[in-house]
Amino acid sequence: MLRLIWQRLAVALPTLVLISMMVFGLQKLLPGDPIIALAGEERSPQAIEYLREKYRFNDPIALQYVHWVADIAQGDFGRSIRTRLPIGDMLAEKLPVTLELAVFSMLFAVVIGVPLGIVAALRRGSLIDFGASLFGLLGLSVPNFWLGIMLILLFSVHLGWLPAGGFVSPATSLLGNLKSLLLPSIVLGAHTAAILMRHTRGAMLVALKQDYVRTARAKGVKGSVIVLRHALPNALIPVVTLGTLQFGELLAGAVLTEQVFGIPGFGKMIVDGVFSRDYAVVQAVVLCTAAIFLLMSLLADVAYVLLNPRMRT
Amino acid sequence: MIARAAGSSPTARFALLKRMVWHPSAVIGASIILAFILIAVFAPFIAPFDPNAADWMAIREAPSAAHLFGTDDLGRDILSRVIFGARASLSAGIISVVVAIAVGLPLGIVAGYFGRWPDMLISRFTDALLACPFLIFAIALATFLGPSLENAMIAIGISAMPVFIRLARAQTLVVSAEEYIAAARSQGIGDFAILTQQILPNVLPPIVVQASLTMAIAVLAEASLAFLGLGQLPPAPSWGSMLDVARQFMEEAPWMALFPGLAIILVVVGFNLLGDSLNDILNPRS
Repeated sequence: MLRLIWQRLAVALPTLVLISMMVFGLQKLLPGDPIIALAGEERSPQAIEYLREKYRFNDPIALQYVHWVADIAQGDFGRSIRTRLPIGDMLAEKLPVTLELAVFSMLFAVVIGVPLGIVAALRRGSLIDFGASLFGLLGLSVPNFWLGIMLILLFSVHLGWLPAGGFVSPATSLLGNLKSLLLPSIVLGAHTAAILMRHTRGAMLVALKQDYVRTARAKGVKGSVIVLRHALPNALIPVVTLGTLQFGELLAGAVLTEQVFGIPGFGKMIVDGVFSRDYAVVQAVVLCTAAIFLLMSLLADVAYVLLNPRMRT
Repeated sequence: MIARAAGSSPTARFALLKRMVWHPSAVIGASIILAFILIAVFAPFIAPFDPNAADWMAIREAPSAAHLFGTDDLGRDILSRVIFGARASLSAGIISVVVAIAVGLPLGIVAGYFGRWPDMLISRFTDALLACPFLIFAIALATFLGPSLENAMIAIGISAMPVFIRLARAQTLVVSAEEYIAAARSQGIGDFAILTQQILPNVLPPIVVQASLTMAIAVLAEASLAFLGLGQLPPAPSWGSMLDVARQFMEEAPWMALFPGLAIILVVVGFNLLGDSLNDILNPRS
C-alpha cells in the first residue's frame, strides 16, 4: 500500500509542477504591461524602474517562476490587491467553509444517488427506473446557479422556511449553520447525485449478470441477500472511486453555488478576484483546487485497492 | 472493440441512420438541437421585438399576450432576448468543442500511434490539464484573457481539450494493435496514410459521442462564465448574463430568471440525450 502511495505521489508531484507552470504562465496572457498599470498616475521612469525591480520583472522568466514557486512553497501567495490581505490567510479562512459545503453536498449526493441507482437497476424498465433516468438527465442538465435561484424563490421568498442566503458559522450557531447550508448543499449536490445514480445503476446491472450472482441464486440464496452481500459490494467499487474524484469537481461547482447564496467560501473568493481583476487571488485558488484534486485522485486510487480484494497483494 | 469505421461506407451509414431513427431519445435530442440552431440562425425573423430595445413604459412586466415571457428591468422583451441568446449559447457550445477536437484529436492520435517521447510529453500535459476542474480552469483562463464571448469560447475549448486527447490516444492504442494496421504497414504504406485512412475513421465514433456530451458541458460552462460576467458582453443577450441580472429582481420579477434557465436546460438536455443515445448506438458494449 505504501508503495502504491509513493508511486502515485511520484506521478502527482510532476503534474502539480506542470500545473504551477501553466498557472504562472496565465499572467503572461494579460494584455499590456502590468507594471505600467500598477504605476498608475505616477509614471516617472524611476517609479516604473523601481516597480520592475520590486516585482522582479527584470529577471529572466524562468527565475521569476522559481521565485514565485519558492514563495508559494513557504505559504506566501502574495497579497490581494483588493483586500490588501495576505492571500494565504484568506485561503485558510475560506477553504473550511467550502469544504463543509462540499462534504454536505457529497452526503446529499450519496444518500439520493446510490439508493436510487440500486432501485432503478433492480426494477429495470419500471416507472421508478424511468423516473431515475429522468432525474439523471436533469441533474446533468440544470445549471446549478439557476436551480439555486429557483429554490430560493420557493423556499425562502414564497414559503419563508429557509434563509435566502448568507452563511452562519458553526461557532455562532450549529442549527443556523445547518440551515444556511441546506439549500446550497442540495443545489451543489444535485449534479453529483445524478452522476452517482447513473453509475450505480450501470454497475449494478453489470454485477447482477455475473456468474457469482447466478450461482448464489441457484443455491437458493434470498434475493435481498444476493443484492446486499454479493452484487452491491462489487458494484460500489467503481462508484466509490468516482465519488472521490467528484469531490474535486464539487469545489468547481461551489464557485457558482457560493455566488448565488452569498457564502463567503473559496468559490466566492475566486469570483471576487475575477471581478476586481485580482489576478494573484485567481492563481492561488486555481493552484489550491488542483492540489486538492490531485490529492483526491490519489485517495481514489488507494480506495480502489482497499476495496478491491483482487488488487491486494 | 468498436465496429470498424461505423458510418464509413454508404450502407453502413444508412444502417446507422436507421438505428438512430428507431432510438426515440436520439430523435428527441437531435430535434431539440436542430430547433435551437434554426432559432439562432433565424432569430431576427422570429423575435417579436428588438432584443436590445428598452421600453421605459414596460419595465418588469409579467408575461402577457404582448410579451409572452414578460419584460426585464429595462423593459426589453425577454422572449426576444431568449431567442437571440441562443446565438451566444449554441455558438459557444459548438465552436469551443470543435476547437477542442481540432487540437485534441491530432495530439491524441500522435501520442497513441508514435508512443515514446511524444506520448510522454502529450500525456503529462494532459494529466496536468485534467488535474484542474473544468470550470475553475475555464474561469481562470477567461479572467486572464479578458471578458468576451470569443475568449469564453477559447477558455472552454482549451479546458475541454484534454478529454479528447486522452480518448483519441486510448482509441488509437486499441486500433494500432489490430492486424489490418500491421498488414498496411507490411505493404509499405506510410505513417501519414495509415493515420488518416486507417486510424482516424476508427477513432472517430467515441469522439463523436464525447463531442455531443462535451457540448452539453460547454453550453453550461458558457452560461456559467456569462453569469460571472466573463462571457458575452452586454447589451448583447446571453442566457447566463440574463440570469445574473434576474438574480437582483428575484422577488419582483421571477419570470426574468425562469425563461433563460429553461432555455439552457432544454439545449443541454438535447446534447445529453443525443450523446447518450449515440453512445448506445455506436458503442453497444460499453
